[in-house]
Amino acid sequence: MSPLIQLGTTETPEHPITPYIRMDRMPHIWCPTCGIGTVLKCYGTALGRSKLDLDKVSVVSGIGCTGRVAGYVKMDSFHSTHGRALPFATGLKLGRPELNVTVFSGDGDLIGIGGNHFIHAARRNMDLLVILVNNFIYGMTGGQNAPTTPLGARSSTMPLGNFERPFNLPHLAATCGAAYVARWTSMHTAQMTRTFTEALKRKGFRFIEVIAPCSTLYARLNKLGTGLDLMTYYRDNFEIKNKADTRELDLDFQSKIICGKFVDEERPTFLEAMEAHYRDALGDKYVPMPPEGGMLHGQD
Amino acid sequence: MKPIEGIEHEPQSKVPDVERVPVPDGELCIIPDWCKGCGFCVEFCPRHVLVSSEAFNRKGYHPPKVVNPESCKNCDLCEMICPDFAIFTVGVPEAVPDEESGGAK
Amino acid sequence: MTRAHYLEASGVRPVKADPRGVLAGTHYLDGDFACGEGAMAAGCRFVAGYPITPSTEVVERIGRRFPTVGGIFIQMEDELASMAAVVGGSWTGTKCMTVTSGPGFSLMMENIGLAAMMETPVVVVDVQRAGPSTGLPTMVGQGDMMQARWGSHGDYGVIALSPRSPQEAFDLTIDAFNLAELYRVPVLLMMDECVGHMTEKVVIPPADQIEVVPRRLTKLSPAEYRPYRAGESLVPEMIRAGDGYRFHTTGLTHDERGYPAMTIETQQVLVRRLVDKLRLNADKIIRVEEDQTAGADVVVVSYGITSRVAQLGVELARQQGAKVGTLRLVVCWPFPEARIRELARGIKAFVVPEINFGQMSLEVERCAAGQAATIGVPHAGGGVHDPEEVCRAILGAAR
Repeated sequence: MSPLIQLGTTETPEHPITPYIRMDRMPHIWCPTCGIGTVLKCYGTALGRSKLDLDKVSVVSGIGCTGRVAGYVKMDSFHSTHGRALPFATGLKLGRPELNVTVFSGDGDLIGIGGNHFIHAARRNMDLLVILVNNFIYGMTGGQNAPTTPLGARSSTMPLGNFERPFNLPHLAATCGAAYVARWTSMHTAQMTRTFTEALKRKGFRFIEVIAPCSTLYARLNKLGTGLDLMTYYRDNFEIKNKADTRELDLDFQSKIICGKFVDEERPTFLEAMEAHYRDALGDKYVPMPPEGGMLHGQD
Repeated sequence: MKPIEGIEHEPQSKVPDVERVPVPDGELCIIPDWCKGCGFCVEFCPRHVLVSSEAFNRKGYHPPKVVNPESCKNCDLCEMICPDFAIFTVGVPEAVPDEESGGAK
Repeated sequence: MTRAHYLEASGVRPVKADPRGVLAGTHYLDGDFACGEGAMAAGCRFVAGYPITPSTEVVERIGRRFPTVGGIFIQMEDELASMAAVVGGSWTGTKCMTVTSGPGFSLMMENIGLAAMMETPVVVVDVQRAGPSTGLPTMVGQGDMMQARWGSHGDYGVIALSPRSPQEAFDLTIDAFNLAELYRVPVLLMMDECVGHMTEKVVIPPADQIEVVPRRLTKLSPAEYRPYRAGESLVPEMIRAGDGYRFHTTGLTHDERGYPAMTIETQQVLVRRLVDKLRLNADKIIRVEEDQTAGADVVVVSYGITSRVAQLGVELARQQGAKVGTLRLVVCWPFPEARIRELARGIKAFVVPEINFGQMSLEVERCAAGQAATIGVPHAGGGVHDPEEVCRAILGAAR
């Protein structure tokens, strides 16, 4: 909510998301009843609550509907290539360690084409906040099967229904070494915002899956109504089980969704492990990358 | 060679119209032209403050209309859940919600 | 010390190298190691790479030395990640490089295109081996030259250099970084396995004798600055993440603000500028080395290791009375079109030995435009030419 200016004033109140979103690009391109905007709203709110220096927050997206997030946030933002947001973000983080880097992308981008980068970034505990919007489909390109599409669900490339077993994303992330793993749906605005706020201030590979409606493709191809119907399904079919065993978090078509925070550990990040190791091996000869980064300042 | 002419596609939009409705603890504000008629705010408002209006916005959607202003408690659910940033509340600045209490006051 | 032509022509004032990265002295190094040293001397402080013969030694050298120089080296999970990481890294203001050979070069193409589209300075080293596909991993090739120019989809420009010795591997790596900074493009160092694995004397001057173009950031305020507004130079001013500019950049066709703007008009303006950025500044970048081209009947055009092999072929031909000159491509792209056209008017033929089935020779032939013959001397790869073969081609052309 916006703080009260003065009731009755003629000055138009601003939407509280204004400091975090490029309002000159509104309205955005996402479909009616798409859930991505909700997730973005919660992210912006969390940024405000976290009190982070927004000049040092960078956002990287890949390609796809969720990939368009980078274009709408009012921070330094990068719309990179399909599947490569994680290594791009790795370069940003290692080139200037003081940056707080968020990767905001979709299931197809991060787990399909980006799968290899996902498992390695998690393995390395690379200090990145990863928000994955899972709508169970490749939306931007017209509704193709995704590595998260539930068994039996239809898509444009599996018109008779999906027969490939989908990933269980929190389990994948946890098994690969993510330090922080959570899942919410876009119905869970309060919890999601709280999780984002907390995760923004943690370190290491923090993975948050948010299940969101895709009305134009997933809902339509599977005769599930609109995004509103999907939101109602989330509202009526979830269970919060913090610290659940991630093996139990599989999702079937229109099944119960277990949400919550599953992993929250402190583990050395890639940079911390690297610096400790080199200090040990090289002593005073070690010259760490300064937090401001490796830009060469003039020698004159 | 002369400098390249600047190109700004869809230059900065003007500030959109905001409908402001007084509610007990402040105002409920709607940006009709950004609404895409998803129905989330209407359906999920716990106090049934909103309905879909009969009017059309610029793009042909039915934005929400406040029918129960006195029931609004500035809980901010509509503001948080709206995917299009088309509805928000303005309220008395109480203690900013801390991380433990989540989005609600 | 004379300033390099491209630096002089750019009008940009270079700075002295950071001494921490300069291993000053006289060394006996192979081309791969010399390239790594060149990167450190140029101020490169972030390298992401993936092992691939015959380039691996570059990152092995860097991996060992970087922690004492203030840099970070990370071995990524594949070449796609490596290229994406160095494009991202460059947006922090840090100079970045990645290193690969043919198969990895192919994998990197999409993100080379991203670097070109986002106008990100970055250096990519390709230590060429015989292809196609897995080919001969430990043996020389020069078959990636056209790929260097056209490897990623769409229209854009690149700069490519070709060293002939470990000394040049050192020197041209510094030039590659400087050119990347001047023109905000990916610059490709097209080495070959022979030069990469050949050990020779490399003199590394003291840091205050090495001229380096630093990353230059705009002095405009965030309100005034536009990420892709360029002046006459066609090169926009740059910023970096974390300085409060709150900019956006994308691989989509974009306007001056960096916002996606998918219209025909924006495409015309943007892509034309990306292409013209190098096409219209080509004369400031092109570098060739000529010998006895005045009054020659035949000019041998070559690059990399082949230029050294060809030299013997040329001498053998001269001993038999042929009037032959040489033109060595130091900068391969942009290609020295004007010079080739000029030479074509006065000679009988160009002879172009390459360790491929004719790539740069196609450019020579195009620019000669029939005024002089172009005789290629191809080689499938795996080894260098027999100088006698080059000599025979020259003598045949001279007749």
